[in-house]
Order: sequence, then C-alpha cells, then structure tokens
Amino acid sequence: MYDFALQRPQSLNEAIEALSAEGAQALAGGQTLIPTLKNRLASPDVLVSIGGLSELQGVSETDGTVSIKAGTTHGVVAATVESYPALASLAGNIGDPAVRNRGTIGGSLANNDPSACYPAAALASNASITTNKRTISASDFFAGLFETTLDEGELITQVDFPVPDAANYQKFDQPASRFALVGVFVAKYGNDVRVAVTGASEDGVFRWSEAESALAGNFSSSAIDGLEVDSEGMIEDIHGSKSYRASLVKVMTKRAVAAC
Amino acid sequence: MATVTMTVNGKSVSGEVEGRTLLSDFVRNNLNLTGTHIGCDTSQCGACVVHVNSKAVKSCTMFALEAEGSSVTTIEGMANPDGSLGTVQQAFQDNHGLQCGFCTPGMVMSAAALLEENPNPTETEIREYLEGNICRCTGYHNIVKSIQAAAAAA
Ligand SMILES: Cc1cc2nc3c(=O)[nH]c(=O)nc-3n(C[C@H](O)[C@H](O)[C@H](O)COP(=O)(O)OP(=O)(O)OC[C@H]3O[C@@H](n4cnc5c(N)ncnc54)[C@H](O)[C@@H]3O)c2cc1C
Ligand code: FES
Ligand code: FES
Repeated sequence: MYDFALQRPQSLNEAIEALSAEGAQALAGGQTLIPTLKNRLASPDVLVSIGGLSELQGVSETDGTVSIKAGTTHGVVAATVESYPALASLAGNIGDPAVRNRGTIGGSLANNDPSACYPAAALASNASITTNKRTISASDFFAGLFETTLDEGELITQVDFPVPDAANYQKFDQPASRFALVGVFVAKYGNDVRVAVTGASEDGVFRWSEAESALAGNFSSSAIDGLEVDSEGMIEDIHGSKSYRASLVKVMTKRAVAAC
Repeated sequence: MATVTMTVNGKSVSGEVEGRTLLSDFVRNNLNLTGTHIGCDTSQCGACVVHVNSKAVKSCTMFALEAEGSSVTTIEGMANPDGSLGTVQQAFQDNHGLQCGFCTPGMVMSAAALLEENPNPTETEIREYLEGNICRCTGYHNIVKSIQAAAAAA
C-alpha cells in the first residue's frame, strides 16, 4: 500500500468537508477498497473513514419503501429488512459472514463491480440513490464497469427501494471469489416486471428488456423459453465462457421467476 | 503516525500506527499476539479473523485506526483465565479439528461468533458460516464435528 492519512470524522458534515479535498477518498467497510490499496490500484492521499458515522447507519421501512442508510452493513440488512425478503436474502448471501460484518450498501453501489449483487437489486427495484447533493434513480446511476455517475467527492447517504409485489434474486456462485458468476434479480410491480443481470456483461449490470416484455404479459418461467441471450459483450474468464454466461442468464431468470 | 487505543482481550492497549497499518499487523507486531495468522492477506482465507465489538471480521481487511475505542478479541482471548483451553478450542483438540493448525485461529474465532449468534447450529448452518474460512488440511469434516461438540458442551 502507498502511504496515506486516515481521517475519522465525527459527523457526516465533517466527512463531506474532508472529501472535498484533492486526493481524498471515502473508506466504508474497506472490503473492496483495502484489497485495492494493497494491490496499489488506488493511491489516495487521504482516506476518510465513514464506517463509524451513526448518521449513515440504519434501516427503516414505511409505506412500501425500504430505506437503507449508506453505511449499513450487509449483515444488518440481512438481519433487519422484513418487508423485502428478496433484498434481505441477497444481502445475507454476499461473500461470507466476516465480509458482511464490514461491507456496506453504499460501498457496494459506489464500486459497481460487474459481479456484485446490490447493483442488480437497485436496478431491478429502480431504487433511488441519495447523495449529499441529489437523488439519482438507479437507471441513471450505473455507468459501466466500476463506473457510476457519482461526482468526485460525492457521498451516497441513503438508498430507497420501492417494495415490489414479488421478487427473487438467483445467484450462481463463483465459489472462489464468492461473488456472482451470474446473478439475476427479478422484481414485479403490478404489470411492470424488471429483470436486472449482474456478473454477465462486460458493461456491468444491465436490464434484460426482452425478458421484461415477455414476463409483463405472462409472468411465468415458460414465458421466456423462446428467448436467447446474445453472448456478444458477455464476460469471459477461466470460470465461464461468453456463451456459458449467456445461457446462465436465461436459466437464472427462469429460476428467479419460478421462485417469485 | 497516530496513536490508537483499544481494548484487546480485556486489556486496554495503545500503540503508534500509520494510517495504512492493518489491524492484523497491529495485533501481531505491536502487541506480539501472533496467534492471529495471515494466510492470504487478500480477504479470502479467514485465518486472520478476530472479533471487533463481538463481530467476526477479517483483521487483514480493517485498519488498526478503525478499531479505535473498540473491544477486540483474538484467539489468545479464547483461553480460560487459568490458561487452559476454552470450550471451542478444547472441542477442536478433542475432535481432531486441526492438522497443521494454520487456519485454526480463524476457524475458532468464526465458530465462536457463530455459536454466539446461534447456539445450536445445524451442520448446514455451520458449513455456510465457515464460507470465508479456508482449510487446506482437514477437509472440514472434523472442523464441523468440533463445532457441533462445542455447541453441545456449552
Ligand atoms: C471475500 C469477498 C467476497 C465478496 N463477495 C461479494 C458478493 O458475493 N457480492 C457482492 O456484491 N460483493 C461481494 N464482495 C464485496 C463487498 O460486498 C464489499 O463490501 C463492497 O463491494 C464494498 O463495500 P465496502 O463498504 O466494503 O466499501 P469500501 O471497500 O470501503 O469502498 C468501495 C468503494 O466505494 C467508495 N465508497 C464507499 N462508500 C461510499 C459512499 N457512501 N458513497 C460514495 N462512495 C463510497 C469507496 O471510496 C471505494 O471507492 C465481496 C468481498 C470480499 C472481500
Ligand atoms: S489473511 Fe485475512 S482473509 Fe486471509
Ligand atoms: S489445519 Fe492446516 S489449513 Fe486447516
């Protein structure tokens, strides 16, 4: 790791102030950032630790919305969210218990790893991502591999998920990394069905719109039998070829619909 | 350098650390508590698991300064006050839950965290909870047996 100064601000305002400095970066659970620093793939001058800020902790559930403060760990989401079981179970299957005790929803969304789980939930639920400056709809948030539309120094403070009528997340584990080899999140809001896919595309999380249209008319796993996923642009690595991943997208979507 | 103060195994300790000093390095190098092992240093293997405020965390993936004011328990804190093996440790010894012993500190700390949350876990729950702890020797069966025995003994 390159050297840096670690700051522990006592309030959200102090953290935002500290993050406006040149070379400053937020440190939440560190479950992605610390390995990145060890590989010298990041070289911040100052890390602003936001993990301990009580203003960024907690879950509330009202009027069909689950609101999660950005610093809430995966473990807390898994243990407390009641009205959106698919979301709680997604959080409870991220990595392993020790990762879930540190990793946060804000860090996961800001990082936008192409194989991460939360981006699929956020996109399928059209979650609202609130920062210290504005509220961004999930549809406008993810901008390709490890990229988001967050500005420099902009901090996610809260994520609001509208609770669907039915939803399910199917994760095909990549057992070495414990991320998703392919993960599909299906959420149904009235006649509107949203299908978000992670782990598959070189551009990161995406919506499978053909499946969404087919499922809007007929919400059953057989509705997508006739569809094929184009393997162009899929991730290829030692764990799976492009066509393997394309095939998994369909299989996982069918399983998710069947489990709704 | 900055001063960090925390409680480790019931004792208040402090030391001088850099921003980038990991909690694993702090307990091993500053406190000489070398029971916490560093297997991968990449957040994968779980050999470095300690408890911070009663939660299992990978100490190689947390900075020492982030533990300021916290209560930390390492494998050394799992023994009984008279120095004899604690319940989980004894169960590992009795059930041949270790071979080379490299993964064992992390296994014991994860097991203790599991039993704290769920005093009577099923075999499936034990295996799921150990997802982030890798053992190259035992094939896990005797580790699972050890944890079942520790649950029964508690
Ligand atoms: C062994 C292992 C297995 C894992 N398995 C999975 C898995 O199955 N699925 C999955 O989805 N993830 C997985 N992860 C990643 C994990 O979920 C991380 O916790 C998460 O990606 C990052 O969250 P963090 O709080 O640790 O963020 P950090 O590592 O602290 O930060 C990550 C990035 O986000 C930025 N950031 C953090 N918080 C904010 C904020 N509030 N606003 C703006 N920017 C912010 C940081 O500056 C940094 O760039 C795994 C990680 C490990 C080590
Ligand atoms: S040394 Fe920390 S997880 Fe392997
Ligand atoms: S006993 Fe050798 S690695 Fe587990």
